[in-house]
Amino acid sequence: MATFFGEVVPVYSRAVQEEEEDEDEDEYLEEEDEEDREIKRELQEKRNVVVSWSPVTLSHIDSSPDKKISCSHFIAAVGDNPAAFVSSYILSSGDWEEVGSIRCWNERCRVSSSTRSVLPHAPSCCTFYRSTAKQALVCLCTCYVAEDQMFQWCEKVFGFLHKSRLKVTVLSTCPVSNYKTTQSTFDLPVPFLKALKTSTYVDKMACGHLEQPNVVDGLPAAVLMHCQEFAIPGVLYHCYTDMAKLDSVTVEAFCPVLSCPDMSHLAADAAQVKEVLKKVVKEVELQSNLYI
Amino acid sequence: MLVPARTGVDVPADCTLLLPAISVGNVGQLAIDLIIATLNMPKVGYFYTDCLLPMVGNNPYATNEENAKELSINAEVYALPSSKLAVLQLRSPIIKKKSKDFCQALISWIKRSSFSKVILLSSSHAYQRVDHQLFGTPFRYLLTPSLEGSVAGLLKGLEWKEMEKVSSYPGMNDEEKRISIPGGGFTKRLYDDCCSEEIQMAVVLKFCSEGDNIPDALALVNHVNTWLQLLEHSDAGLSPEWKIPSSWRLLFGNGLPPALF
Repeated sequence: MATFFGEVVPVYSRAVQEEEEDEDEDEYLEEEDEEDREIKRELQEKRNVVVSWSPVTLSHIDSSPDKKISCSHFIAAVGDNPAAFVSSYILSSGDWEEVGSIRCWNERCRVSSSTRSVLPHAPSCCTFYRSTAKQALVCLCTCYVAEDQMFQWCEKVFGFLHKSRLKVTVLSTCPVSNYKTTQSTFDLPVPFLKALKTSTYVDKMACGHLEQPNVVDGLPAAVLMHCQEFAIPGVLYHCYTDMAKLDSVTVEAFCPVLSCPDMSHLAADAAQVKEVLKKVVKEVELQSNLYI
Repeated sequence: MLVPARTGVDVPADCTLLLPAISVGNVGQLAIDLIIATLNMPKVGYFYTDCLLPMVGNNPYATNEENAKELSINAEVYALPSSKLAVLQLRSPIIKKKSKDFCQALISWIKRSSFSKVILLSSSHAYQRVDHQLFGTPFRYLLTPSLEGSVAGLLKGLEWKEMEKVSSYPGMNDEEKRISIPGGGFTKRLYDDCCSEEIQMAVVLKFCSEGDNIPDALALVNHVNTWLQLLEHSDAGLSPEWKIPSSWRLLFGNGLPPALF
């Protein structure tokens, strides 16, 4: 396509990929040999989401009648800021133990399973923490989960949870530039929280609804979709922030979430919270050498 | 697979299914939005699939503060039993390399639900038209052999134009011709699958370009309306009044910072 000034630019479409990509792919498939198919199959197998549990938890799962973990509240923190919020405001209370992890191998996370056993907190992992007393399971997800892995992630994780009596809370963040409003985003009081809930969720929410035409995508959306499809009460708190990396102001923006009736009993002691939060944020600051 | 939404409404038997292709300018999806919003169709379920990108938002057809808080997801089925009409709306792109699986999932659901006919609303790149497509109406249709017998005559009567076949090797060999729908997403794949599975299916598409595609969607839905009579004309000669969904606000960005002025 030529522009007004005469230069030729490729036509871009927001809805479709380059023309007839799939058709070419089909023709190509006929030509490929057994070796190509073998490589593709192996790659596909490598991309499978693997959920692994600690030996103690595994024995709990095996001894339960329907091979599931008993918990009534599942909290998924997706991204650095939500994970830092959960580690400082919830997990610092002490009665939590690490019970398992999820491994996702994809184009951005290339840590193989053998190296993972050396590094339990490898960047390709989501980590599970459980409190038996509080009947809650937390998943800190700071790794990249690829598009084709999200559906599988939900099916596998929810496969281990009792659907009756289960409540789900998802925490996530997103750049404020993605927020659609009649105002200018320049005037918005960032960071701020917005919520989406499934039709079976009836409790009070910590903040206002996310207005149309705003939508949420990625893993948080996949989890909430799973809840909506299977009638599990679920709520998603989405924080719009102007910080790209982990920072304490964005972490603190999630505090209203702890005022909800089913979250308040999970809150850790204020003194411990400050200490852990300071430690978490400082670790990131030390890695940055911008002002040295 | 259809997961019921527990709203008390079911997909009626023997009804017409309308669905969009994810194609250039999202014209099919916008047209389906207009149909759901105008006919005020209740939700009946979710199309459970791993082939679409996950997406959640609040009710795109909200009319008041209360129904604005209903969650909506990437693939939902709406139905109007009184009109024997079901609609599948798709709100996110297909995950790369999953288009084949998605079409197969659609086909098996269509077969199980025994729809009387399936109509796919689609679009195609206007800039890739061949010479004889440049003049006249920008709308085209395709019918699978099993629907052709009952509908072809009617569409000819409405002066609809069938999608032309184009040369596989233009300029070299004009004997070998095939159907080509550039920018039509999974349109051609689903059409081919429906032909081989003997499903009564029609494709209705419009040639268009990327940009503000609301006029394209209105034109497409008006065109389909001349066949299906979904909405009666308000006045003789005038096109019917379609209701623009509330979620179509801010398609072209946010408000501007007042400091600019």
